[in-house]
Amino acid sequence: MINYEIVIIGGGPAGLAAALSARKAGVENILILERDAELGGILNQCIHNGFGLHTFKEELTGPEYAWRFIERVQKENIAYRLNTMVLNISKDRIVTAMNRDEGIIQIQAGAVILAMGCRERPRGALNIPGFRPAGIFSAGTAQRLVNIEGYMPGKEVVILGSGDIGLIMARRMTLEGADVKVVAELMPYSGGLKRNIVQCLDDFNIPLKLSHTVVDIEGKDRVTAVTIAEVDENRKPVPGTEERYTCDTLLLSCGLIPENELSVNAGIELSRITNGPVVTDRLETNIPGIFACGNVLHVHDLVDFVSEEAAKAGRSAAEFVQNSTAEKQSSEPVVLKAESGVRYTVPFTVDPGTMEDLLKVCFRVGAVFRDAYVSVYFNDERVMHMKKRILSPGEMEQVILQKKKLLEYDDLKTVTIRIEAE
Amino acid sequence: MFDVIIIGAGVTGCAAARELSRYQAEICVIDKCEDVGEGTSKANSAVIHAGFDAPAGSLMAEMNVRGNELMGPLCEELDVPFKRNGALVVCVRKDALDGLQELYDRGIANGVKGMKILNRSEALQMEPNLSESVQGALYAPSSGIICPFILTEALAENACANGVEFRLGTKAENVFRDEQGIWHIGTDKGELLSRAVVNAAGVYADVIHNMVSENKIHITPRRGEYLLLDKDAGTHVSHTIFPQPTKLGKGVLVTPTIHGNLIVGPTAQDIEDREGINTSSEGLQTITVKANEQVRNLPLRKVITSFAGLRAHEDHHEFIIGEVKDAPYFFDCAGIESPGLASSPAIGEKISLLIKEKLSLQEKKDWNPRRKGITDPRKLTMEKRNELIRKEPAYGNIICRCESVSEGEILDAIRRTPGARTLDGVKRRVRAGMGRCQAGFCSPKVMEILHRELDIPYEEITKGGKDGVIVFGRTKNVQGGEA
Repeated sequence: MINYEIVIIGGGPAGLAAALSARKAGVENILILERDAELGGILNQCIHNGFGLHTFKEELTGPEYAWRFIERVQKENIAYRLNTMVLNISKDRIVTAMNRDEGIIQIQAGAVILAMGCRERPRGALNIPGFRPAGIFSAGTAQRLVNIEGYMPGKEVVILGSGDIGLIMARRMTLEGADVKVVAELMPYSGGLKRNIVQCLDDFNIPLKLSHTVVDIEGKDRVTAVTIAEVDENRKPVPGTEERYTCDTLLLSCGLIPENELSVNAGIELSRITNGPVVTDRLETNIPGIFACGNVLHVHDLVDFVSEEAAKAGRSAAEFVQNSTAEKQSSEPVVLKAESGVRYTVPFTVDPGTMEDLLKVCFRVGAVFRDAYVSVYFNDERVMHMKKRILSPGEMEQVILQKKKLLEYDDLKTVTIRIEAE
Repeated sequence: MFDVIIIGAGVTGCAAARELSRYQAEICVIDKCEDVGEGTSKANSAVIHAGFDAPAGSLMAEMNVRGNELMGPLCEELDVPFKRNGALVVCVRKDALDGLQELYDRGIANGVKGMKILNRSEALQMEPNLSESVQGALYAPSSGIICPFILTEALAENACANGVEFRLGTKAENVFRDEQGIWHIGTDKGELLSRAVVNAAGVYADVIHNMVSENKIHITPRRGEYLLLDKDAGTHVSHTIFPQPTKLGKGVLVTPTIHGNLIVGPTAQDIEDREGINTSSEGLQTITVKANEQVRNLPLRKVITSFAGLRAHEDHHEFIIGEVKDAPYFFDCAGIESPGLASSPAIGEKISLLIKEKLSLQEKKDWNPRRKGITDPRKLTMEKRNELIRKEPAYGNIICRCESVSEGEILDAIRRTPGARTLDGVKRRVRAGMGRCQAGFCSPKVMEILHRELDIPYEEITKGGKDGVIVFGRTKNVQGGEA
């Protein structure tokens, strides 16, 4: 058995940032396990710009953003193994992994940081009727084919779903000479960032049809046509609104799912809303010494926030192995609740005694709200009330909680975040 | 010239080929598709029925019960995963309880062993997730679940190993017998000659039959749609759960698969298009409603894919197996709809005995009944698995993360005969792409392996053969042109 103080599962943006912050906190013995041939994760195929505006105050491409972290990981001599697939994580933090050269290896970790990222929702999960020919890709798979492998997965394209990868791929395929005919979105709002709708669709005159879905896929060997239709308020197609597009490709950008197969095996409790682990303010799961960050915890909109969250997981894991928090933990943490328009919060609980001075609570809303207020309640008392011009499900929101305020409040049981009209 | 040409490389054709490979004869299997098992054999319930459904005295009943019996030893010889998980026909209406007795009696007449009629509490004890309204059930322990892909592939591989030739991607276009009594099969790849012909053409079996006989038959493609659920839902039931049968068939069943998923379906809809394997929103909706009648709390949000298959429904709902009266040395295996998969070993046995007799074939001395399946490293101990990786490092390289499939398994699938040539071919052999992400992650990697192993350009790699290419050529950057 090999021993490491901290083992990080995944060498994408979350894993890299977690490793660097754990090192900064003084942990020597860190190992990153990465299943791909390179560090950097999904950023390697995100060759468009727009990364790093918050972190570096400049606009980088995905690989450039990743490189800033990879370079530092290498400089810090943090160990990593590539082409290595983690097969299992046990409750007592034994990580089983496999690669070509070493076969199956077992590593005893002082702490584990989950940074496995997320995957795309496939066609099957959407129950789209029709044939099952070649030419149906998740947007991310198409992105890999174009940007990494250098092959064109289609010439005439329909996109279902207006998630960010779908929007980015609408532009990418257009630049590569494909004809992107339409983006259909089931919901009455886009799931992607506003800036991507402007820069990837509007600038190329690609129509975005909200409240539309795919109702038929034709083509026995390769896609030959896709039919979309408008949906009613129950998201059921409205007969008579069908529009048929001849095309050879259907891209799907219909949501991302945190990749928690390993977490489930380790006995980690998952949220039914985020599909990620239920974590404390220290980003620790219900299994002591196992932490989570990045898209495996909840799907982020910007990588900058992934890096920030991961840095925190790195600090918490470092504290855990340096054994400085165990005794300070109070038995009853404060529960963070998401209500009226707020779908979830991350973290799910906060311990005022051991929390950092400032806690950023991330959340997403379940619908579009205009000129509404984000309110924070301590027990039943409203303590924060912030006006927002627009809140939309595609963008992650946040509120900052101060340790001082939480400690001051007597008998604090719950902190609730709500969206209110006034 | 061949002694026997088999038209159709589905489970029936491959079972016939494998049984015929016992004899000294030149045998060839042709199929219009580029892989075996591309028709009805790849899209069905994957259930080895016990045999209580078919009318007593029918050939269907005889083949089903015999096939079920043979399946155990056959899967043993061919290293095919098969499990007798037992079936429950669930009655949810008091006034329909007589129907269970009727099925039981038919099962007895057909020779089905071990059946039992259960009362409500016995049924619920055996299967706690049955519907609240269950009144009783017929239990048939000999019913089983199997991987229909691997069964078909195993039969084909074993036939091949015993000298049968497979010409895939070869479509029979016309069939006639000349004055010398030799059969001519015109294909898109030239003409083939044979002493005898087996028609195992599935939903096209009537088309082939009607080329050679005045006694016309008619087959209707009867479409069945299915939902496949994540392995998370695979233990929702442990038996194969049927409603009571109706005129249209056995109804919508709920069953675990041999690989641990849950499958729900099929619908039954007669269509015109013999390639009409598209799903419909009505069909998928029907399944969700019907399935909930026998089973409670079905976790339908765990659906990972839906698909449709076609049953080769002959007008009289009966198997047609044997020499065609006005076409000597031409043998039909037609109308092989459900329980065709369960019956396949018996159909292979029956047809091979008829042909052996007709052509006076002699047994081979060195016939090898055994085939070794693709090694599943997940079933090995850690020591054995490490030994395997040391010998062949590709087994240490995971390609499909959902199903945990290594490069070593994929290479094995490609290097077999007949081997995988397409993404779907790899998927059906080793399950790469069969999991919850449905090939999003592994398809570029499997393409790379197919490209490398078969030395074919990316642009020619297909999902399932023919025109189903995945990519159309290089991007501008790679072409060296201006972006």
